[in-house]
Amino acid sequence: MQRTDRDALVRRAVSLMNDGVCDRVLAWRRGEFSSDVSPGVFTDTESVEKELVRNFFCGANLSKYLISETEKTEKKVLIFLRPCDSYSFNRLLSEHKFNREKVYAVAVGCDGTADIGKLKRKCGALSDIKRRGDKIIAESLYETNEENEENEENEANGAERVFDLEDVLSERCLSCNLKNRADCDEIISDGGRDAVSERFFEVRRIENMSSEERYEFWRGEFSRCIRCNACRDVCPACTCEKCVFSNPSSGVENKAAANSFEESMFHIIRAFHVAGRCTDCGECSRVCPQSIPLHLLNRKLIKDINILYGEYKSGESVSQISPLNSWTENDADPSEVAELLERSRSK
Amino acid sequence: MFVCHCGTNIAGTVDVEAVADAMKSESGVVYSATYQYMCSQSGQDIIKKAIRDYELGGIVVCSCSPRMHEATFRKAASSVGMNPYMVEIANIREQCSWVHKNREDATSKAITLARAAVAKLKLNFPLTPGESGVTKRALVIGGGIAGIQTALDIADAGYKVDIVEKSPTIGGKMAQLDKTFPTLDCAACILTPKMVDAAQNENIRIFSYSEVESVSGYVGNFTVTVKKKARYVKEDVCTGCGLCTEKCPRKKIPSEFNLGMDNRSAVYIPFAQAVPKVAVIDSEHCMMLKENKCGVCSKVCTAGAIDYTQKDEYIEEKYGAIVVATGYEPISLERFGEYARGMSPDVITSLEFERLTSAAGPTHGKLVRPSDKMKPNTVVFVQCVGSRCEPSLGKGKEYCSKICCMYTAKHAMLTKEKYPDAEVYVFYIDVRTPGKNFDEFYRRAAEEYGVKYIKGMVGKITPDGERLNVSASDLICRKKLEIKADLVVLAAAIEPSPTARALATKLASSMDTNGFFTEAHPKLRPVESPTAGVFLSGACQGPRDIPETVAQAGAAAAKVIGLLSKERLTANPCVAVCDEEMCSGCSVCGNVCPYGAITYVEKEFRVPGGRTKARRVASVNEAVCQGCGCCAVACMSGAMELKGFMSSQIMAEVDAICRTSR
Repeated sequence: MQRTDRDALVRRAVSLMNDGVCDRVLAWRRGEFSSDVSPGVFTDTESVEKELVRNFFCGANLSKYLISETEKTEKKVLIFLRPCDSYSFNRLLSEHKFNREKVYAVAVGCDGTADIGKLKRKCGALSDIKRRGDKIIAESLYETNEENEENEENEANGAERVFDLEDVLSERCLSCNLKNRADCDEIISDGGRDAVSERFFEVRRIENMSSEERYEFWRGEFSRCIRCNACRDVCPACTCEKCVFSNPSSGVENKAAANSFEESMFHIIRAFHVAGRCTDCGECSRVCPQSIPLHLLNRKLIKDINILYGEYKSGESVSQISPLNSWTENDADPSEVAELLERSRSK
Repeated sequence: MFVCHCGTNIAGTVDVEAVADAMKSESGVVYSATYQYMCSQSGQDIIKKAIRDYELGGIVVCSCSPRMHEATFRKAASSVGMNPYMVEIANIREQCSWVHKNREDATSKAITLARAAVAKLKLNFPLTPGESGVTKRALVIGGGIAGIQTALDIADAGYKVDIVEKSPTIGGKMAQLDKTFPTLDCAACILTPKMVDAAQNENIRIFSYSEVESVSGYVGNFTVTVKKKARYVKEDVCTGCGLCTEKCPRKKIPSEFNLGMDNRSAVYIPFAQAVPKVAVIDSEHCMMLKENKCGVCSKVCTAGAIDYTQKDEYIEEKYGAIVVATGYEPISLERFGEYARGMSPDVITSLEFERLTSAAGPTHGKLVRPSDKMKPNTVVFVQCVGSRCEPSLGKGKEYCSKICCMYTAKHAMLTKEKYPDAEVYVFYIDVRTPGKNFDEFYRRAAEEYGVKYIKGMVGKITPDGERLNVSASDLICRKKLEIKADLVVLAAAIEPSPTARALATKLASSMDTNGFFTEAHPKLRPVESPTAGVFLSGACQGPRDIPETVAQAGAAAAKVIGLLSKERLTANPCVAVCDEEMCSGCSVCGNVCPYGAITYVEKEFRVPGGRTKARRVASVNEAVCQGCGCCAVACMSGAMELKGFMSSQIMAEVDAICRTSR
């Protein structure tokens, strides 16, 4: 059900482990249901054969795990890289976060990742999901919820729902047209998706709100934050040795937002912290238990960077230098920044 | 705590006694006093006595900008044994008394600033500066009169100096001038000997037809790459005989030196007195270089100097000091259509007039109309073309170009000298003649030579047959004027050389809004740029005439000599420092460091479980670091800090300010 199927991944992982090239495999691990896939580190072929999955719920970007996993072995770590993951992979390499010699990178194709939150809202608890041609068939554990009872197509199938692929994909996948940019050791398939929506569509929608509306929108979103730090922990650009928010001597260590100001500032400051390095992998939004669309903050900064310093995609190569860390004669002059950004809004 | 009155500069707006009183109760402050001039000898004595009597660990001086007297107070503190970096300045003059009118507000702000300084001082720690050596060689960028004079003066003191000049010869604008005000001696007679001196001086190397490619390093230790453009003529072989230029079949190329008023060949020597007197092949027009046909110059050159295979050459050299002498250019007049520039060859610029009257010019010094080579009977000079323009016009410059009043008087006088019967008009906004013997010079033009000075601007010039219709207004007689002129001379505004901006970027030197280089202090440090080790000479800093340029060139040379004469330079101890516990070795700081002061090392660190782990961390070379702070700003982890400006110190200042204003 993904263009690179599970068996191909399992075959490669098992043979690389048997050949003694790799003794750890970074991939996606099956959960109780097909929807609760988690990132997994496999250390034996048996668990690879039993637990490795590749389906629409394999959302996790595995690159960041290389930092810790490459430290744990003398051999190589096998990683499967989807097109979007390759950007994080490159970015981490350019920041010297792991030793490339200790990685065996395999490019795999991708047809996108389902937005579980979206699916759950549509059909309650998911048990399984299948692909039939262009359609996605979702099976629910329970009876239908109200919203979907009106859906005639679903009536005959009881707990089964039929969706168009694009209805259930996560937003980041809809606008994805990425190619694998990593220097991989092997390519199983390097296909990705063709974008069906424009990458900055949502950013523009928010830009075009009035400042009061926008403030209310973000206040509403941020008010749900429980400061679990999942966004930080998963972010491939968050690789400080000691995060200020876990460092008592920083003076700003905090486990919960003390007030609404802090609630807002935490995410905005985090977005600036990773600006110019964020690869737009969207993991922050995917893992947020409160469904805060955090990736839109990063995308806003990416959009602004593109306008002020020219098109730039973090992670496109290992040798690139962020426009925020360099200067060229074509960079926007501080005096024209406000005008350039204002003009870009209406576009 | 020492609060300075600065005469009435501070005390006029800020209640200095109230500031001193308020600070007495500030935690950590044990002594608080005011004095009329804290920077004076007796003011410094108060500071020294207090440091001794109270065994102070640090002091705050509330006074003028630290750029003014920080060094003074640091020296005073250090003379009684205090580490000079335990001195903090609260700027209550430029940033307080001078910008506020209300005494109450200004006083309360001064107290806030003093509190912020105390908060920072509490986190200060003693710093010890390192030292660095000085490369005993200077670089002068630009080979006009400014660059030549600076180089000669530096060379005279016994130091090596290189001149980089972008055109094939040194000499610059002055070489194109005919006579010079206010003495009317000929420019060539006073400049060309200097050019020869520069060429023959054993301490001076001239890189002509060359440009500065890149600059790295810092005061005393710059590394500069100079690009020597291919001139396709071996500089050390060519004798400058000029045979190639005579035989070259491509002869219809407008001469740069004569501003397009006559032609040169594809292989050429810019002018007879060029230094170095070496031919250059213009690759855009040479048939041999373009189509591999011809080769005449190579055949006629008896010295065998022609080399069609020459490539651009890059020379790397170390310098202790750099002087910018990039000069000026007249502005383009294409947006001044009202003056019929381009519509009639008889509307010329002042620089073209210089070439027309010069004995070495296209007419061999005969002042004639470019159109028909006839004697002009009526000549109109228009001043301030593009100078002192209203910003709303969207063209020209707001500033006064300064030299035009005087050279126009000179031109008018020269015209009258050649043709006493000619009618000569000068249209002006104001005639500005501050300078030794300048006003006398102008009055001589008006009174002795009978030049008609008319206050007013020319509105429109229209070609009318062989002549030019000049419509103008006479503001004093309040009447409109229509003049039939044979020749119109436009005194175009001057602007910085177009190469200056890119150079400023390479030198990390700042420019003002008009693109002129900024001086470190307009009054007290006029020939130094804010970048240590970079000095300014001539019109690159603002419009200047020759006497001023030469004076400034000497001043810049004196500064350079002062620098090069030192064996060691005291480095700034406020350099970057890496907190290795925080550093994640991401390389961002190394990428942004303009001085190459940051490298990365693998180091073992203890980790939980009694083990160690090797980690890549940044390492700062303190001798190379200039304390610019780029790394501290770029570091995502907050691992890079600048000594003397640690994040904790800045935050303490901010906190103190916020607490006070609440």
